[in-house]
Amino acid sequence: MSLPAGTEAAADNVTAVDMEAAEGDLSAASMRLFAEVESVAEFISNAKAEIASLRADEITSEHLPTATDELAAIVGATETATNTILGSMEELEALAETVDEEVADKINNSVTQVYEACSFQDITGQRIGTVVNALQHVENKVKGLLAAFGEEFQAAGIERPVTPKRADGKTERPDEDLCNGPQLPGNEISQDDIDALMGFD
Amino acid sequence: MSAVDMNMPILIVDDYKTMLRIIRNLLKQLGFNNVDEAADGSAALQKLRDKSYGLVISDWNMEPMSGLQLLKECRTDNQLQALPFIMITAESKSENVVAAKQAGVNNYIVKPFNAATLKSKLTAVLGAF
Repeated sequence: MSLPAGTEAAADNVTAVDMEAAEGDLSAASMRLFAEVESVAEFISNAKAEIASLRADEITSEHLPTATDELAAIVGATETATNTILGSMEELEALAETVDEEVADKINNSVTQVYEACSFQDITGQRIGTVVNALQHVENKVKGLLAAFGEEFQAAGIERPVTPKRADGKTERPDEDLCNGPQLPGNEISQDDIDALMGFD
Repeated sequence: MSAVDMNMPILIVDDYKTMLRIIRNLLKQLGFNNVDEAADGSAALQKLRDKSYGLVISDWNMEPMSGLQLLKECRTDNQLQALPFIMITAESKSENVVAAKQAGVNNYIVKPFNAATLKSKLTAVLGAF
């Protein structure tokens, strides 16, 4: 395994200091090096204590899975509500066939607008999926941090949470870089822009 | 008289059931009642190989097979290479549109869309109806 640049030289210096100490002959430079090493050790020890007090294991075992499950519940609830709305609109549309044409047209126009508006469920679902992906990225980073700091920070038996569609961990696709979901307002291009790119009016 | 066969089978592809339902209802309002559904590209490809369709309307971002992959599969298949293909997606970056165009898409609709836009794109691809 390769060591970071300068690590080997520092190790050589420490070895030289050890030998000097064994001989009972510490120079001022060696004393300064000792002090530096001691302060680094103290810094690492304090950092580990602070991370342990944060209960980083709870972030991966409880907080992030809970947030992910809450988001999944939002997607589920909006889907249920949207289906209810769509069902009611379909009934209205069927009723429109039993009334006179002028009234039927008005009903159908309103129904169409509701259909159009209900596409929010797809868009919000994709946006929430993007947030879930970000949360899972944080979760993986925290897990990496826990692994780096040793066993005492890792909780046993943590299971991966159930996540909504489009979350991390799915099969990679050749067009993965093009699957970005809905753009934030101001970043998206319009249907007119798309028509221009496609070469259509 | 319309030159478009209003009874032609249309395959709509989306991993959101609500979106399938919305597109199906909008197509019904436009007079297209022969509509089948698929939840991703691979399921759609199987249906396209089992039955003759007059049009595909597909989302992009689906798993395991995306709409772009489905489009590319169609364009390399002798039986499907001329099949009219409309992408309806929230992917609204220029590179997406360019990639879809290069892959041979017939038209591209960005979500959220309205019924008028759907009708105009269907007319552009199929002709007046």
